[in-house]
Amino acid sequence: MKPLVPVSRARKIALGIAFFVVFVVAWSIATFGGFVSRTFLADPLTMLAEGWTLFAQYGFAKDVAVTVWRVLGGFVLAAAIGVPLGIAMGAYKPIEAFFEPFVSFARYLPASAFIPLLILWAGIGETQKLLVIFIGVFFQIVLMVAVIVGSTRRDLVEAAYTLGATASGIVRRVLLPSAAPQIAETLRMVLGWAWTYVIVAELIGASSGIGHMITDSQALLNTGQIIFGIIVIGVIGLISDFAFKWSNQRMFPWSLA
Amino acid sequence: MSKLVIENVTRTFPGVHGGAPTDALVPTSLTVADNDFITILGPSGCGKSTLLRIIAGLDVPTSGRVLLDGVPVTGPSVDRGMVFQSYTLFPWLTIRENVCFGLRERGMPPARQQEIARHWLDKVGLTGFERHYPKMLSGGMQQRTAIARALANDPKILLLDEPFGALDNQTRSLMQELLLSIWESDRKTVLFVTHDIEEAIFMASRVVVMSARPGRFKADVAVTIPHPREYTVKTTPEFSALKAQLTEQIRVEAIKVAAMPAQP
Repeated sequence: MKPLVPVSRARKIALGIAFFVVFVVAWSIATFGGFVSRTFLADPLTMLAEGWTLFAQYGFAKDVAVTVWRVLGGFVLAAAIGVPLGIAMGAYKPIEAFFEPFVSFARYLPASAFIPLLILWAGIGETQKLLVIFIGVFFQIVLMVAVIVGSTRRDLVEAAYTLGATASGIVRRVLLPSAAPQIAETLRMVLGWAWTYVIVAELIGASSGIGHMITDSQALLNTGQIIFGIIVIGVIGLISDFAFKWSNQRMFPWSLA
Repeated sequence: MSKLVIENVTRTFPGVHGGAPTDALVPTSLTVADNDFITILGPSGCGKSTLLRIIAGLDVPTSGRVLLDGVPVTGPSVDRGMVFQSYTLFPWLTIRENVCFGLRERGMPPARQQEIARHWLDKVGLTGFERHYPKMLSGGMQQRTAIARALANDPKILLLDEPFGALDNQTRSLMQELLLSIWESDRKTVLFVTHDIEEAIFMASRVVVMSARPGRFKADVAVTIPHPREYTVKTTPEFSALKAQLTEQIRVEAIKVAAMPAQP
């Protein structure tokens, strides 16, 4: 192997799949071979069977739908407020000076630590779930968008000025389009974090959702269901990631090499 | 009538980390007549780009002023078009949209925008590339688009800051011929900054030589080679004599620059 030499597409896919195979094989050996107690780790087949039971008998599809709804709800809410605020901060330095210190501080407030307070304020309904996700991703979005917009190439801004652009023209026709692909990429990343927060929110004080199913299964020591739940989250995350990547490539063909 | 007047312009950059301030320009004056093609020739770091940025309104002089048709320059505006050394096409816009940027900004009807874009893209030889994105084009084509974009705005004066500096030698020669032919047909006033002596002589009607930092004008040489000029003029005795003269002028300054500490 030589450093940085690219691989062919077919080989890349084969290698990517190969690791999944290695992973499942190792898991099978550990469980079917009797190296790990069934109490602590279900084998792959049991996991699949439990997954089937979840969907067929326990209406797991509804839990999945509820969780997806919460993730999207919290994420869209945070993006709808965070992106414009981030753009304003990146473009206008006084606005940045006003918000930036607080946002930088708030970014480090752990969203999960807010759960007890949020339950107190908003109960254990949907509002609380959305708020956990909102707190978890909002400040990150604001800061990252502000940095992206603020780092727009100065020579492009200057070129626009010499072409007669006004201050608002600079924002609309230079800062926004220049930052758009990176903002979309940031949102893709942040959506992944939203998935982490929703499960945390659902582990405590929820009556539905994937996280709730996982806590229920824990009480029954059903590791097959827990693992199945985790894998479902992974698969949905992967799908949303692909969808985001695909739409970003469609929306910003100019940013591709 | 004189068009662009630079009056005792100076520029001092404040020192960084408590260091001494840097004089980029000491009182500098120049008058550019209408339809002139002036090249400002100087060693790197002599303040020639600073001067051009001040004329464009992208930088503010420490003292002195710049007047265009008697009106003081206070900031960037459509009456001074600029082509930069770096590739400054908007990567998210197609070639045509780039050329139309300024026209759209002032609310010109799309049909008229298209017409002007077609004219200038034809002039710079990029017909057929209207729908390409800048990334798909070579450096020379990108700079040709940048020239078309600046000229589409119909500025009173075109400012160029080493626009061909990043191009290879052959492409650079072709670009010089292209720019010169555009000037020969339109006689748009041009101020062109370069450190390339041959480039300075080939296109200009006047070459203004700048000293090493702090920059000031040390020589003003008229180039009387008749237009239209072909690339073959570069081998004429007249051209060679000018080149020899300017080489001496620049060499003295370059030696001074070589002895200076680097500037941040």
